[in-house]
Amino acid sequence: MKIQRLGAMASLALVGSIALTACGSDNTGETTSSGDTTANSSAASDCFEGTLNAEGSSAQKNAFEEVASGFKAKCSGATVNYNPSGSGAGIKQFIGGQVDFAGSDSALKTVEKDGKIEAKEAETACGSPAWNIPMVTGPIAVAYNVKGVDKLTLTPAVAADIFQGKITTWNDPKIAAINSGVTLPATAIKVFFRSDESGTTENFTKYLKAAAEANWPGEPAKTWDGKGEGKAKSAGVAEGVKSTDGGITYVEWSYAKDNNLGVAAIDNGAGAVELNSESVGKAVATAEQTGTGNDLALKLDYATKEPGAYPINLVTYEIVCSKGKDADKQKNIKAFLKYFASEEAQKTIEEIGYAPLPAEVQTKVATAIDAIS
Amino acid sequence: MSTLSTVDESALPAARTNDDFGGKSGGRAFCDQAARVVMWVAFVVALIPLVWILGATLLKGGHMLLDIDWWTKSQSGITARREGGGAVHAIQGTLIQALVTALISVPIGVLTAVYLVEYGRGRLAKAVSFMVDILTGIPSIVAALFIYAMWVTTFGLQRLPIAVCLALTMLMIPTVVRSTEEMLKLVPNELREASYALGVPKWKTILRIVIPTSFSGIITGILLGLARVMGETAPLIILGPYTAVIATNLFDGLMPTLPTMIYQNYTENLQPAIDRTWGAALTLILIIFVLNIAGRLIGRFSKVKN
Amino acid sequence: MSSITGHSAIDELPSGDGRPPLDADKAGTGRLGDRIFGGLATGSGIFVIVLVSLVGVFLVIQAVPSLLNNNANFLTSREWVPSGADPRFGIVDLLWATVITSILAMAIAVPLGVSVALFITQYAPAWLSKPAATLVDLLAAVPSIVYGFWGLSVAGQYFDSVAKAIDAVLGWIPVFEFNGSPIAKSTLAFAGVILAIMILPIVTAISREVFAQVPTAHKEAALALGATKWEMIRTAVLPFGKPGVISAAMLGLGRALGETLAVTMLLSALNASAAFSLSIFGGGETFASRIANDAGEFDSAQKTGAYIAAGLVLFILTFIVNAAARVVIERRKAFSE
Repeated sequence: MKIQRLGAMASLALVGSIALTACGSDNTGETTSSGDTTANSSAASDCFEGTLNAEGSSAQKNAFEEVASGFKAKCSGATVNYNPSGSGAGIKQFIGGQVDFAGSDSALKTVEKDGKIEAKEAETACGSPAWNIPMVTGPIAVAYNVKGVDKLTLTPAVAADIFQGKITTWNDPKIAAINSGVTLPATAIKVFFRSDESGTTENFTKYLKAAAEANWPGEPAKTWDGKGEGKAKSAGVAEGVKSTDGGITYVEWSYAKDNNLGVAAIDNGAGAVELNSESVGKAVATAEQTGTGNDLALKLDYATKEPGAYPINLVTYEIVCSKGKDADKQKNIKAFLKYFASEEAQKTIEEIGYAPLPAEVQTKVATAIDAIS
Repeated sequence: MSTLSTVDESALPAARTNDDFGGKSGGRAFCDQAARVVMWVAFVVALIPLVWILGATLLKGGHMLLDIDWWTKSQSGITARREGGGAVHAIQGTLIQALVTALISVPIGVLTAVYLVEYGRGRLAKAVSFMVDILTGIPSIVAALFIYAMWVTTFGLQRLPIAVCLALTMLMIPTVVRSTEEMLKLVPNELREASYALGVPKWKTILRIVIPTSFSGIITGILLGLARVMGETAPLIILGPYTAVIATNLFDGLMPTLPTMIYQNYTENLQPAIDRTWGAALTLILIIFVLNIAGRLIGRFSKVKN
Repeated sequence: MSSITGHSAIDELPSGDGRPPLDADKAGTGRLGDRIFGGLATGSGIFVIVLVSLVGVFLVIQAVPSLLNNNANFLTSREWVPSGADPRFGIVDLLWATVITSILAMAIAVPLGVSVALFITQYAPAWLSKPAATLVDLLAAVPSIVYGFWGLSVAGQYFDSVAKAIDAVLGWIPVFEFNGSPIAKSTLAFAGVILAIMILPIVTAISREVFAQVPTAHKEAALALGATKWEMIRTAVLPFGKPGVISAAMLGLGRALGETLAVTMLLSALNASAAFSLSIFGGGETFASRIANDAGEFDSAQKTGAYIAAGLVLFILTFIVNAAARVVIERRKAFSE
């Protein structure tokens, strides 16, 4: 019987420990008490009590979390969750009504794919057109790790050749020709690509196709059709380059920064352009709007020869119902997105490797958000 | 569990001294010594990864666990590049899911074991036993895909924490069945016979005599089974995405767990996130070790009956 | 140990016809309580059968439409383009990576595990035997994801010199050719090493159980005939334990085939146009790692079906391996009677 009691005690202990953990808390209490509540009273009308769930692109995850965290500091009762499971998953969950809005690397497709038209499906699910609202600009860096090289310029053609495996060493004359004054070692080039399907891959190959069509035979797609070795997620490719002398990859700027990788300047034909928020803003400002009205789907000109514009960018969208079935929810989404597009929020994401929306786009975004109901 | 023990060296003086008979050539003695060395080396080699992993985890994650916040706060409002916050949301999620998984799989597992030991005859029993073996071998990712195929694709339901529990249940049932079965078989038949002789019906005999007698052994099996499912990550990646806040509802939204917290933070490449990865890994290992050791201790007591 | 390995020690013990003769059927018939309880127990047993059958059925139902749309041969193609207007996907590369990593894991874990089991049962001093067994079992308590993270960020860097050394000596054999791409810690070989560590406790635990059951009389007889300890092990312990070791290896193999996270984190995927390489220092993806890697992108029925088809193949593989392990155990029961 003693044995029985021991077993019973063990099960009790298990249940007890679970009950105990319920004593833990989210950090909400503190953020409110430390935050200056009176100063925020002007924003209070835009605050809400409750939870929003979003899912999608991993490219905007860091920005999203930063902004959600800032929003929470303002409105302690509001929680915005983001599950960075990928753009495709986010759109699918959005259409399925499982999340309140989606984050995506590309606007809803208006052409048929796998027998479905994303934009149509989303419209049916919402009961109103779904809008693509550009929110976060994530530049894609061509990140490298070559011992002794801290400055590198690439043209689209040379970049395409590298990622196609046609240029195999760092001191190849083609690279040397556009990098006078840089001592290039004979190290072998090791290309890393995203092995999971990714909007980053799609946008990078779109760029190569647009700016160097002769050197990039494949069609732009979410799956990589160049050479190299594949790593899962941005973290994987960044880690791969970091631990390999001679490594090169395409990755979101923030990951390149976080891992202290070298970032190549891109010469689209109008001189080498460094990657910084100014050069990115310049490129986004010249983008053409393909959506109508408040649907702000943008088409970036990858081949842009605009001086000082960094051409490889990923504009990520928040995809929302223009008129939702649940009015309260729509109001909450509106409040959050309004904060997201605000100068304050855009500035915080600049600090972590994203580029703020240029002024022209920001105005349009604000108008669109106001029209959500 | 075995009744046969290893050879007790001291009980075999003949073996020790048969060198004196001069029967062994140098070559044979060399082989013998070489084998001894190989076995010792093998053991040491097997310990290297254990020591290395535990050492690395302790070294890189230990300081996280010393902070009281780790045990009292969630990661709500804390981004990858900021330090701070705790793991209580993930610890809680892991424990809740483990508890619910146990609540579903223990009755099924124990009853299946009762069937196999007390009722099962013929073809059906053979089939059940065979299927338990197959269930043992199902990879966790296949279990997760099955639940996904059923729950999400076929029924059109959302990915919910309860779906994770169902996938984990599939992995836990066979361990519960096997350990319970083993324990029930150890219950002496005399006990059952005595009970029947007193006119106690079979079901009451099982519930009042057989199961209580093997109770601690069954608990051991459950704890070890729990330890196994708690570390599973594949079903969580497919069915139970991570979130940084405390969530206790199994039927709505997301529920964070320690494995998904590890996976999420691992994909960040930032020092605060890397620290959290190690911290969460250490926490998970500690919980699993505690369950393992508790299971073994209880199991040791149950041997008294043998 | 059974709970770690999911493998019953009872299976190892010959037990007559397997069932205790006591069924007290006369005590059990008729009464309501008995019918309910017996029904519940039988129901649970049937539930397990239904559950496993459902796994097969659901996977097949979801996989078939995608397989019918597949424009490539599922069994012989190396492509993996599961969606779009022209879906083409096959399992050759996945199967190769899965099998080669598992075989490597076996090649390391089985000899090592058997040696450790022999150490614990035959060589270790009495005070060390039990703690040693517990320590090795604790390896099974480290979650898969921690192995992956540890392999990637701690242990992996040291594998480069190992790979280079093997290449220097055996590199002329295509299987052992290492050219630095992918980096050493992302190769099939290193994934195999990590898998070996993960299945070591399973192999050790089962081998240990059977070695402990070798009849003392057999061992004493060998020693009395003047055998050295090693000869005693070779002539008495190993032959007795052989079927047990085989089933241990099979169960370990089953686990290695399906391991997911550690492999996903480590392996470098091949690019779509990469030539097929026999080298263990190549890259690739296993069934499990491919599924886990793309789990976020199950956005169309066609695509989901393709991954479920891959999962189905994995299920069948592990089914065969586990069933084979069971047959070996059953056979042994028959022999030892």
